[in-house]
Amino acid sequence: MSNSPRPVRNVAAAVATSLLAALAGCMGDAPQSTLHKNSDLADMTWGVYMLVTWITLAVGVVVFALLAYVVFRFRDRGEEGIPEQVHGNTRLEIAWTLVPLALVVAMAIPTVRTIFAAAAPAPEGAVKIKAVGKQWWWEFEYPELGVTTANEVHIPAGVPVAFEIVSADVIHSLWLPQFGGKRDAVPGRTNHLTFTARDTGNFVGQCAEYCGDSHALMKLRLVVQEEADFQRWVQEQKAPAQGDLVASGKPGPKAFLEGGCIACHQVRGNPIAAGRIGPDLTHVASRGTIGSGILDNDAESMRRWLRDPEGVKPGSLMKLPHKLSEQEVETLTQYLLELK
Amino acid sequence: MSATPLTAHPAHAPPAAAPSGIWDWITTVDHKKIGLMYGVTAYGFFLLGGIEALVIRAQLVKPQSELVSAQFFNALFTMHATTMVFLAVMPLSAAFFNYIVPLQIGARDVAFPRLNAFSYWLFLLGGLLINLSFLLGFPPDGGWFAYASLSERMYSHSPAMDYWVVGLLVLGTASLAAGVNFIVTILNMRAPGMTMMRMPVFVWMTLVVQFLVVLSFPIITVGLIELLLDRTVGTNFFLPLHGGDPLLWQHLFWLFGHPEVYILILPAMGMVSEVLPTFSRKPLFGAPFVVFSGILIGFLGFGVWSHHMFTAGLGPVADAAFSATTMLIGVPTGVKIFNWIATMWGGRLRFTTAMLFSVGFIALFTIGGLSGIMHASPPIDLHQQDSYFVVAHIHYVLFGGAIMGLFSGIYYWFPKVTGRLLDEGLGKVHFTLQFVALNIAFFPMHFLGVDGMPRRVFTYDEADGWHLWNLVSTVGAWMIPIGLLVFMYNVWWSARRGPRAGDDPWDGASLEWAISSPPPVHNFDAIPNVPSDRPLWDQKYGDATLGLDRRDPHIHLPPNSYRPLIAAAGVTTVFGAFLIRGHDIYRHLLDAPGSTIQSIPFSSLFLATVATGVIVLLYGLYTWFFEPVE
Repeated sequence: MSNSPRPVRNVAAAVATSLLAALAGCMGDAPQSTLHKNSDLADMTWGVYMLVTWITLAVGVVVFALLAYVVFRFRDRGEEGIPEQVHGNTRLEIAWTLVPLALVVAMAIPTVRTIFAAAAPAPEGAVKIKAVGKQWWWEFEYPELGVTTANEVHIPAGVPVAFEIVSADVIHSLWLPQFGGKRDAVPGRTNHLTFTARDTGNFVGQCAEYCGDSHALMKLRLVVQEEADFQRWVQEQKAPAQGDLVASGKPGPKAFLEGGCIACHQVRGNPIAAGRIGPDLTHVASRGTIGSGILDNDAESMRRWLRDPEGVKPGSLMKLPHKLSEQEVETLTQYLLELK
Repeated sequence: MSATPLTAHPAHAPPAAAPSGIWDWITTVDHKKIGLMYGVTAYGFFLLGGIEALVIRAQLVKPQSELVSAQFFNALFTMHATTMVFLAVMPLSAAFFNYIVPLQIGARDVAFPRLNAFSYWLFLLGGLLINLSFLLGFPPDGGWFAYASLSERMYSHSPAMDYWVVGLLVLGTASLAAGVNFIVTILNMRAPGMTMMRMPVFVWMTLVVQFLVVLSFPIITVGLIELLLDRTVGTNFFLPLHGGDPLLWQHLFWLFGHPEVYILILPAMGMVSEVLPTFSRKPLFGAPFVVFSGILIGFLGFGVWSHHMFTAGLGPVADAAFSATTMLIGVPTGVKIFNWIATMWGGRLRFTTAMLFSVGFIALFTIGGLSGIMHASPPIDLHQQDSYFVVAHIHYVLFGGAIMGLFSGIYYWFPKVTGRLLDEGLGKVHFTLQFVALNIAFFPMHFLGVDGMPRRVFTYDEADGWHLWNLVSTVGAWMIPIGLLVFMYNVWWSARRGPRAGDDPWDGASLEWAISSPPPVHNFDAIPNVPSDRPLWDQKYGDATLGLDRRDPHIHLPPNSYRPLIAAAGVTTVFGAFLIRGHDIYRHLLDAPGSTIQSIPFSSLFLATVATGVIVLLYGLYTWFFEPVE
C-alpha cells in the first residue's frame, strides 16, 4: 500500500519534535521550573530524577526504533500466500520480562534510598516554620522566633529550615519547586519538609492541591537571605506596629475599626485589632505582594483589593461588612502601606 | 483460499408480536442493540466532555484570560474528567463488551439479558442526572476525585457535589450489574471447545476488567455513601474536627481509582490484541503471556493506590513499598508492548485505519507508560504530582491509549455491526489529524509540568513563563474535533452507502467473522464447535470445522421487556432524592448560615421521593422476576 510509511513518518516526526521542544522547554524562563535547584533536598532528588528520566527516555527510543523498523520493514508488499505463523518464543518472553525487571530494580534502589534520606528528621538548630494552608493564602509562623506573617516566607541561606505543614480548612499542598518538591497540608495532620537553601534571592511557589475557587491564585514567595539579613528581618517582624498606627484617634486605625477589618486581621500593638482569621497585617507593607502573591504591593493594588476582594480573588472569604467608600479605601490604603 | 465460512441467515422469522421502532429500542434485551445504545450514548457524552475540554483550553490559551469564571472553570475540569472516565471511555468499552464478547465466544446473548438492559438504563439515567446539574446551575466543582474536606458540606455548601456523588452511585450500580453479568457470560456461555486459553484476548481482557469492576466499585461505593451521609445527614467520616480523616477518603477513592485506570485501558489493549494479528496475518505473539500479563496488571492494580498519595505524608516505608509495586506494573506492561511488536515482526502488515489506530496506540501508550514510571518514584513525584506533567501522562494513557484503541475497535468491527465498510481514505485522514492534534495538544503539557505549572488552575500569570506551551496545547486541542468531524461524516455516510462488507472483510480469525454482517438476531444458527484459539482462521487455512453449516431446531431468545427500565428508574429516584435533600440543606444554609446539618429537618418532598423510588424499584424488580420468558 502506498501510504504505509505514514505511521513511520508520524512517529519519527513526533519523536524529533518532542526532543527539540524538550530542549527549548528546559531553557525557557519559568521561575517555578522544577529543573532549577536551590537546596540540599533538591540536589538529593536530582540524581534519581535524572536517572529515571534517562532510563525511560532510552527505553522509549528503543521501543520507537523497533516499532518504526517493524512498521516499515514488514509492510505488505503484495507477496503471495500468508506469512509464517509464529506463535511465540519463550526465550524472548523471558528476556523481555527480565530486562524491564532489571531496569525497575535499577530505578527502585536509588528511589528507596532517596525516600529514606529525604525523610530524615530535622537537624538541631533548624529554623522551625509552621506553614498553615488556608483558603486561599498561606500563614507562616516562626514559633521559636515569635514571628507570624503571610504568603511571604523568609529563610536564611545555609541554615536548615524545618517546615511543619498543616491546614486550617481543606487540603492544600506547599510547593516550592526549587527546594525539593511539594508536601500536602492535610487537615488533622502535620507533614514535614526540611531543607537547607543555597543561594539567596526571591523564589516563587504555589499551592499544588486543588482547594476550591481561587486555588490558582494561592501563590507564595520564598525569600532566601544571608543569615544577618534574616535576623534583621526577624527583629523588624517581631516589633509591634508604631504608636500612631495603633492610636485609636488617628484616621487609619479608625477606618480599620469602622471598616470591620479588626474582626479578622491582627495589627500587633493595637489591642482591638486582634482577629486571627485573615492574614496578620502588622507589617503588611514590608511584603512584596498582597492577595497571596498575586498583586504587587502598591497603592493601586491595595485600592483594587479593598474595593472588591471577590473580584480580584473569586470566592475570597474576605467579606466586607459594607462596600467601602472611596474615602475609606484611600484612608485604608495609606494606612496599610505605612505598616512597614 | 479455502472454504468461505458459512453465513448464518436468520433461521426463524422474528416473532410476530416483536415490537418495532423506538419501543423496540426501549424494551430490547438484545446484547447487540444494547451495545449500540451504549456506544451512541457514550459517544454523545464523549463529545460533551470534549466540548468541556475545549473551553478549558480556550481559557488557558493566554495568561489572565477571562473567558470563564474561576468557579465555572473548576466545574469544567471536574465534569470533563468525570464525563470522560465514567460516561465516555467506560461505556464505550461496554459497547464493545456487549456487542462483541457474545459473538466471540459463540453465544446467543449475555447470561442475563434483562440485567444488561438494566445496566444500560442506569448508565443513561446516571449520566443525565449528573449533567442535570449544569441546567440547574450547580455543576460539580470539587474535582473528579472529590477530595474531602473540600467536598464536604462545610466547604461546598451548594448541591453541586451532591450531583456528583448521586450520579456516581447510580453509575456504579450500573457497572456492578454489568460486571457480574459479563463474568457469568464469559465463564459459562462459551461455545463447546472454547477453553479459557482459546478465548480471544479481547474476551480475556474483558473478563479481567469485569473482575476489577466487581472488586473496586464496592470500595468507591462505600466512600460515596459515607460522603453522601456526611453531606446530607451530618455524619463525620472525613472531617478531622470530630475525629474523621480526609485521608480515609483518599484511600477509598484510589483503592478504586487505580484499578479504574486499568478498567479504562485493558479493553483497548484487548482490541489492539485482536487488530494487530488480523492485519499482520499472524497469530498474536505469545498470546498466553499477553493474557497473563493482563491478569497480573489487574492484580498489581490493587496494590499501588497510594502512589496517588506520595505527597500526603504516609511515611517513607509506605512510599517505598508503593513505589516498588508501581514500578513493577511496568514489567507486564512492557511485556505486552514487546509482544505486540513481535506480532507484527515477520508479518504482512496491512495498514487499514484500524491497524493505524492500533500502531498509534502502541506509540502513544508507550509515552504515557514511561512517564508513569517516572512518577512512580516518589522523589520525582514530589516534583510532578499535581503538575501538568501528570495531565500529559493521563492524556497519553487515556486519549493516546484508551481512545485510540477504541477507535481501532470501531474501524475494525464497524463492518460487522453495520454490514458496510467505513471509507478507508476518510479513516486515514481522521487518524492522521487525530494523531498529530493530540500530540500537539498533550506533549507540551510535559514541559508545562517540568516548568512548574500546577494542574486545575483557571489562570496563570505572564511572569510564570507558561504561555507559549499553553498556546501550542490549545491549538492542538482545537484541532482534535476536526478529525472527529471527519469520522462522524464517515460513519454517517458509510452506514448507508459504504461498500458491502461481507461476513469476513479482514480475513479474521475469531468467531464473529464466521457469521453474517450484521449478525442475525440469534447470532449463530448453530452453536459452533471451537477447535482452536483461532477457529475461523483454522477453518479457512487448516482443516478445522466450526460446524456452523447446520441449524439448531429450536433457538430460544428472551422477549423484550420494559421492566429493567422501571427498576433502573426506581434506583435513580431513590438516589436522586438525595439531590432534593442537598437543595433543602443549601437553601437552609443560605437563610441560616452556620446551622448544623442534623438540625435541618427532612422535607416531605425528600421523603416522598425516596418512598416513590423504593416502590417503583420493588414493582420493577417484582414484575421482572415473574415475567414470563417464553
